[in-house]
Amino acid sequence: MHELSIAMSIVEMAQEEAERRGSAQVQAVHLRLGLLSGVVKEALLSSYEMACEATCLQGSRLLIEEVPVEVFCPKCEVPRLVNSIQWFCCPECGTATPKVLRGKELEVVALEIRE
Amino acid sequence: MSAEPRLVEVRKNVLKQNDVVARALRERFREAGVLAVSLVSSPGSGKTAFLEKTLTLLQPRYKVAALVGDLATDNDAARLARSHAPVKQIITGTVCHLEAAMVQNALDGWNLRQMDFLFIENVGNLVCPSSYDLGEDLRFVLLSVTEGEDKPLKYPTIFNSADVAVITKSDLATAAEFDEAAARRNIQAVRPGMEVFKLSAKTAEGMQEYLEFLESKRMRSSSTAAV
Repeated sequence: MHELSIAMSIVEMAQEEAERRGSAQVQAVHLRLGLLSGVVKEALLSSYEMACEATCLQGSRLLIEEVPVEVFCPKCEVPRLVNSIQWFCCPECGTATPKVLRGKELEVVALEIRE
Repeated sequence: MSAEPRLVEVRKNVLKQNDVVARALRERFREAGVLAVSLVSSPGSGKTAFLEKTLTLLQPRYKVAALVGDLATDNDAARLARSHAPVKQIITGTVCHLEAAMVQNALDGWNLRQMDFLFIENVGNLVCPSSYDLGEDLRFVLLSVTEGEDKPLKYPTIFNSADVAVITKSDLATAAEFDEAAARRNIQAVRPGMEVFKLSAKTAEGMQEYLEFLESKRMRSSSTAAV
């Protein structure tokens, strides 16, 4: 369970960014979370609430956009979304596809702040 | 105080700090010509026995060292010290994984230029370590024959993040009714093309092939090292 330390990093980063922009309050954090990031969404959401306590993020929302796993199919020569992270193959032609293009994201994309 | 909240773009990787340290470590390893290998697995899959055997067999010809992550004890470091290689324990406390900064701190006082191989044994955990780059050249994921062939499907993220899979405790395969074909199929499903070794640290079966692989990787990495 490393979601609490991830949540604390998110809060820390949001605090810094908000301060830099002269804001006293963060209302929401927008996060992109890849299905291959190794972070569980539900665990992160509950850890986030805890990590926000007694900070300028208290009461804020964590809005998570899940990023599917996209691979490059060497046979079709195009990016494809895998149907399952237990089966890294092209959903169209079935070719094994080790090359991951996205799905590992763990990125704060935006903040909703109040001056 | 304005009523409407303002949306500001940030675009920052949450693990940026870890990634920056990991990149610096990777560069240090490359410059020093040392091959850094990390080991991940569930608790009890034989990481320490595997590492002890590896250190012992490489020792006569190479300078090897190891960092061992553990939650609370230094038992593993004590076991590995029997190989007479330099070993340092990283006690993580309540943290369930190693982070790049822990590796960096643990390397204090060690001269990487005097090393050929550095092994980093992660905390026994198949979930959390997958998110943290340690700057290693190769990540090995271990799967023992007593664990069940479907481990790769249960923990696809860590298997996908690894470069090499090692099936350990092969001497127990028959007793455990281990289905090797199924295990290999599952490994390839979550990480197509991954190199797989099957071996026993106890009997040394399969160790030779794996050691040759390590040596070839080191030769390749040291030939690109800055002089």
